[in-house]
Amino acid sequence: MNKRIMMGNEAVARGTYEAGCHVAAGYPGTPSTEILEALSRNAPDVKSQWSPNEKVALEVAFGSALAGARALATMKHVGVNVAADPLFTFSYTGVNGGLVIISADDPGQWSSQNEQDNRNYARHAKVPMLEPSSPDEARRFVKQAFQLSEDYDRPVLVKVPTRIAHSRAIVAEEEVCTRELKRFQRDPQKYVMIPIHGRQRHIVIEEKQTELANVSDHTALNRVEWGDTKQGIVTDSVAYQYVKEVAPEASVLKLGMVWPLPRETIQDFAAGVDGLIVVEELDPFIENEIRAMGIPVAHGKDVIPNCGELTPDIVAQALNKPRAENHIPACPETLPPRPPRLCKGCPHAPIFTALKELDLNVIGDIGCYTLAALAPYNAMHTQACMGASVGMHFGMEKASPQMAENSVAVIGDSTFVHSGITPLIDIVYNQGTGTVIILDNRTTAMTGHQEHPATGVTLSGEATHALDIPKICEATGVQRVFTVDPFEEEDLKGLIQTEVETREPSIIVVNRPCLLK
Amino acid sequence: MTNIIMAGVGGQGVLLACRVLMEAAFYSNYDVKESEIHGMAQRGGSVEAHVRFGSDVASPLIPNAAADFIVSFELCEAVRKLDYLGKHGVLFVNNEKVIPSSVQAGLAEYPEALDTWLDNNVPNVHLLDTLQARKDIGSKRCLNILMLGALSNRLDIPEENWLSAIRELVKPKYVDTNIDAFNYGRSCTA
Ligand SMILES: Cc1ncc(C[n+]2csc(CCOP(=O)(O)OP(=O)(O)O)c2C)c(N)n1
Repeated sequence: MNKRIMMGNEAVARGTYEAGCHVAAGYPGTPSTEILEALSRNAPDVKSQWSPNEKVALEVAFGSALAGARALATMKHVGVNVAADPLFTFSYTGVNGGLVIISADDPGQWSSQNEQDNRNYARHAKVPMLEPSSPDEARRFVKQAFQLSEDYDRPVLVKVPTRIAHSRAIVAEEEVCTRELKRFQRDPQKYVMIPIHGRQRHIVIEEKQTELANVSDHTALNRVEWGDTKQGIVTDSVAYQYVKEVAPEASVLKLGMVWPLPRETIQDFAAGVDGLIVVEELDPFIENEIRAMGIPVAHGKDVIPNCGELTPDIVAQALNKPRAENHIPACPETLPPRPPRLCKGCPHAPIFTALKELDLNVIGDIGCYTLAALAPYNAMHTQACMGASVGMHFGMEKASPQMAENSVAVIGDSTFVHSGITPLIDIVYNQGTGTVIILDNRTTAMTGHQEHPATGVTLSGEATHALDIPKICEATGVQRVFTVDPFEEEDLKGLIQTEVETREPSIIVVNRPCLLK
Repeated sequence: MTNIIMAGVGGQGVLLACRVLMEAAFYSNYDVKESEIHGMAQRGGSVEAHVRFGSDVASPLIPNAAADFIVSFELCEAVRKLDYLGKHGVLFVNNEKVIPSSVQAGLAEYPEALDTWLDNNVPNVHLLDTLQARKDIGSKRCLNILMLGALSNRLDIPEENWLSAIRELVKPKYVDTNIDAFNYGRSCTA
C-alpha cells in the first residue's frame, strides 16, 4: 500500500475516487474548497464541477445518484444551510446510487461568518453522519459513507472540521474501484414527494433510523478503547486526538458515527466506568442525546466551552491534567494586529475609497471586498450571509424610502451568481429604486480563485459559455445598467451619487480582473 | 516527539516550508501531522502552522509551552508565538519587520527593538540576518527554505532527506537556488 502526505481535503478526494464515485459537485467555501480541486486534478474520470451554489450542487449530485451513480456534494458548513431544502426531502426519497455530502465545519470561525455545529443537521434531516478524526480516516470514512448510503438508501453526511480539512498527515492509497451505474427505475411513490407519498416515506425513514441505530451499535466506526475506568470519555472528530494527547491512559468511546448514536454501546461503556465525560466541540450534541437516553453524564459543557474550537490545552484543563507552564516573560510591548487586507492594487479598492468619501451606508456581502469593513476604508456597514446584501438593501428602502438614497448594496461576482439574482428580481418586481454595485473581478477570489459561471471556464479549466452579468441584470428589468473599469473611470463618485439619487433601480458592474488571478 | 511552530506573514512561503519539513520527516520514517490556518494567507494576514513528528502523533495541534522549536519568518510574529515555546525550546527568527496594514494606517505602532528584547528574554534564540543572505544567493523568494536550513541542524533528519524533499516540492527551476538557501541556513546555525 502506497502512503503519502495529504491534506485532509485531498484525503476526502482520494476516498471519493477509491469509492468509484462518478460525479462530484460543490461550491467553494473554506475549509471545503480543496476537495473538488484535488478530485479534478487527480481523478479525471470523476466528473467534477463547480455549481453556482450549494443547493444546485446538492441537486446535481442527487440527480446523479438517482441515475445510478455514486455522487458527492461538497460545501462549507453554511453551505448546508443553502442546500438544506433539498437535503431534508432527499432524506425522504432516499437515493439509488450512493450520495455523500461533505460538510466542512469551521469551529473557531477561522474564515466563516458563524460557527454553527452541523451535527444538528444529521438529527434534523434524519440523515446518518460520519465523523473522521484524521485525514486517513477521512479517506476511509468517505468510502464507508458511500457503502452505507447504498445499503440503507440514505444520503450520508460526512463532517470534516478545519483541523482535519486543513491538516496534513500520512494517508494510505488503496485500490481505486470502478463501478457500473445502477438503473434508474421510475417509482413515483418514492421519488415524487406529494403529501400522500411523503407521509408514507416519513414512516419509512423513521424505520430506517431504527435500523441505522442498530448499525451504529455494531459498526467499527464506533469503538471503545478501554483504559483507566475511573472516568469514561465520550468523544468524536478531532477532539478524539486531543483526548489521546492529554489522557492516553483513559477509557475512551470514540464515535465515528454520530447519527444515529449507538445507544447500547454508550450504555455498556457507561456501565464499565465510574462516570462519563463528553468532550465535543461546540454544541452539547452527544451530551444531550446521552442524557435523553437516561444515561447520566458527569461532565460535558460545564467544563468544555461551547464557543470556539477545542485545543489540547482546553481538553487538558477540563480533564484536570497537568499543563506545561509558560516560562518566557510576557513582552511589555503592544504588538500591532495583522489583519488580512485588500492587496496593493486591488480593483475593489477604488470603489471603497469612493463610497467612504460619499459617506453612504454600504450594505455589504461576503468576499475579499468584505475586508473594506476594516481600516483604512471602514466602508461596509452590514454583512451576514452570501447574497444578503441585495435583499437587505431593498428591505431598508421598504422600511425607510430615503435609505435608497443614502445606501448602496455591494456584492461580488461569484456571490451575485450564487444568490444575488433572485433578490434583484424582487427589487424590480416590487418597484424598488436601489443601487447595486457588482464587483466583477472574474473570480471567486476570497476562497483561492475558483472559476464560476461568469468566468467562462470550468473547474477542470475548460472554456465554456460565460454568463453575461450586465445582460442578466437587464433581463430582470433593470434599465440602468452601467459597466465601468475602476481604474479608468474618472468619476466613480459622480456615477454612484447619480444612481443612488435616481428613483429607479440601477446596477453598476465594476469590471476588472483580480490582480492575483 | 518533535514539535515545531512555524509562523510568518502571508506570502512568505510558510506553508511550503511546512510541507518540505513534513516530507523530510516522512522520508525519515516518522509519523507526522500538521495543521495550518490559511484562510486569508494571500491577503497579508498572520500565518501559523503546527508540525509534529515522532513515532505516533495524535493531536495535530501543539499544546501550550510544548514546542521544541519556533521558526518565525518575522519578528513581531515570533513574539506572538512565544507561549508555545517549551522549557528547552529554541527560537529561530528572521530579523526582519514586515509592517502590518494597521501600522501603515497609523492605528498601531511597530515596537522598536523587538530583536533586543528577544535576545534578552528567550534563553535559546537564533536571530538570523537573512536579507544579506538572500542577496548573496540572488533570490528574495527563498526565505522559507533558508529558515528550514537553519532549523535542520537540530533535527534528527538526514541531509539527503531534506534535499529530496526540496526536489520533490519546490518548482524544478527554483530547486538549485533553494538548495543554496538551505545550505546557507544550515551554515548559520552549524
Ligand atoms: C453559503 C456560503 N458558501 C460559501 C461561502 C464562502 N465564500 C465566502 S465569499 C465567497 C465568494 C467570494 O467571491 P466573490 O463574491 O466573487 O468576491 P471576491 O472574493 O472575488 O472579491 C465564498 C465562496 C460562504 N461564506 N457561504
